[in-house]
Amino acid sequence: MAADRAAPTGGGGVPEPLEAAAAVRSAVADAHRREWAYVLAATARVAGDLDLAEECVQDAYLAALDAWTKQGVPNSPGAWLTTTARRRALDACRRQRTLRDKLPLLIDPEPAVEDVDSSLTPPDPFTALETRASPPAASSSPVPSNVPDDRLRLIFTCCHPALAAEAQIALTLRLVCGLTTHQIAHAFLVSEATMAARVTRAKKKIAAARIPYRVPEAGELPDRLRAVLAVVHLVYTTGHTDPTGADLMQRDLAACAIDLARMLRALMPDEREVRGLLALLLLTDARAQARTDARGRLVLLEEQDRRVWNQDQIKEGMSLIPQALRGGRPGRYGIQAAIAALHAEARTYQDTDWPQIVDLYDVLMRVWPSPVVALNRAAARSMVYGAQAALAEIAELEQHSAAGVASRADRPFAGYRYLPAAKADLLRRLGRNAEAVKEYRAALALTEGAAEREFLLRRLRELGADG
Amino acid sequence: MAEYMILLFDDETAWASASPEEYDRMLKAHGRFAEQCVELGGKIINSNALQPTTTATSVRGDVVTDGPFAETKEALGGYYLIDAADLDQALAIAKLVPVLKGGVEVRPIMVF
Repeated sequence: MAADRAAPTGGGGVPEPLEAAAAVRSAVADAHRREWAYVLAATARVAGDLDLAEECVQDAYLAALDAWTKQGVPNSPGAWLTTTARRRALDACRRQRTLRDKLPLLIDPEPAVEDVDSSLTPPDPFTALETRASPPAASSSPVPSNVPDDRLRLIFTCCHPALAAEAQIALTLRLVCGLTTHQIAHAFLVSEATMAARVTRAKKKIAAARIPYRVPEAGELPDRLRAVLAVVHLVYTTGHTDPTGADLMQRDLAACAIDLARMLRALMPDEREVRGLLALLLLTDARAQARTDARGRLVLLEEQDRRVWNQDQIKEGMSLIPQALRGGRPGRYGIQAAIAALHAEARTYQDTDWPQIVDLYDVLMRVWPSPVVALNRAAARSMVYGAQAALAEIAELEQHSAAGVASRADRPFAGYRYLPAAKADLLRRLGRNAEAVKEYRAALALTEGAAEREFLLRRLRELGADG
Repeated sequence: MAEYMILLFDDETAWASASPEEYDRMLKAHGRFAEQCVELGGKIINSNALQPTTTATSVRGDVVTDGPFAETKEALGGYYLIDAADLDQALAIAKLVPVLKGGVEVRPIMVF
């Protein structure tokens, strides 16, 4: 045990203080990324209140810096942090019995809390105190199997439909991923005060309206899971496209989303769409390095250097797809993942299996009919039937979507920057440069992100025009 | 258990122009709702329908004005005060409340 706990050293001697401190800091940082959700979810059940739970977990991570420097990094940092955070939460609850009376909802009397704690870690001086302060534990079972499920309770609570979509995302990043309010505010381009208010309001609603801390029952699970997957997907796309920022990639958000998808997959191994989403994120993320050049400029799929695609991510993503599609009508994420897989497999853009991609978009349109999918399908069809046919299809889409909608702003494509961009690309391929310039300018007017603006300006310059 | 107020917002003109058959149908639907509420494990503590907003008077400070506080197409027309285990149960019950054209709002009761 002692050997495991010591920070790694060169010659087996006493670790240099600086080196040891750095090792502890990195162990705490690692535990923060890996175990935050686990620790918070387990603590929330004892604390009965997310605010208190969060405070106790933050305290536990701070305490770890000091304790691990003195005693070495424990074998199971997550268990150490959970025990410490839950103990603090229990102390706070005991001091403040009224809190329990006011907010009894998150408190789950089974299994006995002390029992869970003692099963996670060897006895220590605190155990005696806790045993004295609480009724004798009824069961002597080992780690209860429902302990990891606390993370599911946490994410379903964060993504409860009674919370606004923006609050769901903020809460998930804050409580499940452990990001700071500052980081989340930065990612979503709002002030820290605005984001703090958003998080506080959401937490207050959870407590005041008694949003239950539980995994939904089978009947409501599909709808509720859809909301969770949408949040994870949005976290990824926010990191991936960064619609208004200067950086094309916000790697932190993308990494958070993949971590979330992995966690969901581990906790709900039978859910096909969870599998599909993880596959989609991995296959999309595999291309991340190739999406920008050395100067940070956007590189389209067609022009990407496929040699720098992350083959490990591609392999992992591909391995998830068969089961994501098997057994009944495939879902939105499974189909999107299958499309991403066909791109990942292709040696070149031209070599891509476009007919099959078109087929998959047809299936996707039935599962998830949306103007965005229709536009993507038209772009894929242009690779099979030519740019002219795709242009005609897009024109039809525009007409169709405008019919029956009174106001221009209500049309599905209104303000959608990829519509003029797609048309511009097709017109450019057909050599209709003057019309292409007009559409590129229209796309530019709708685009705020620096990388995408730069790309459109580059295209315009290639056509001998300016913005 | 916690108390929730379910506020029924509906189109008053639809109610005003409802046929006797439709009126009767809605009354029966509310009777059925009361049974369903119990089946779902909730309890109706109190409920009432309100006279239309033409009878409303708003008071802000010393100023008294004719009409409801917020002038919208869908007006507060009645309420149920219910007892439910949590928001999920309250929402499950709220989904069963019969309304003609509008919808309902669910608000937890403040506990002091």
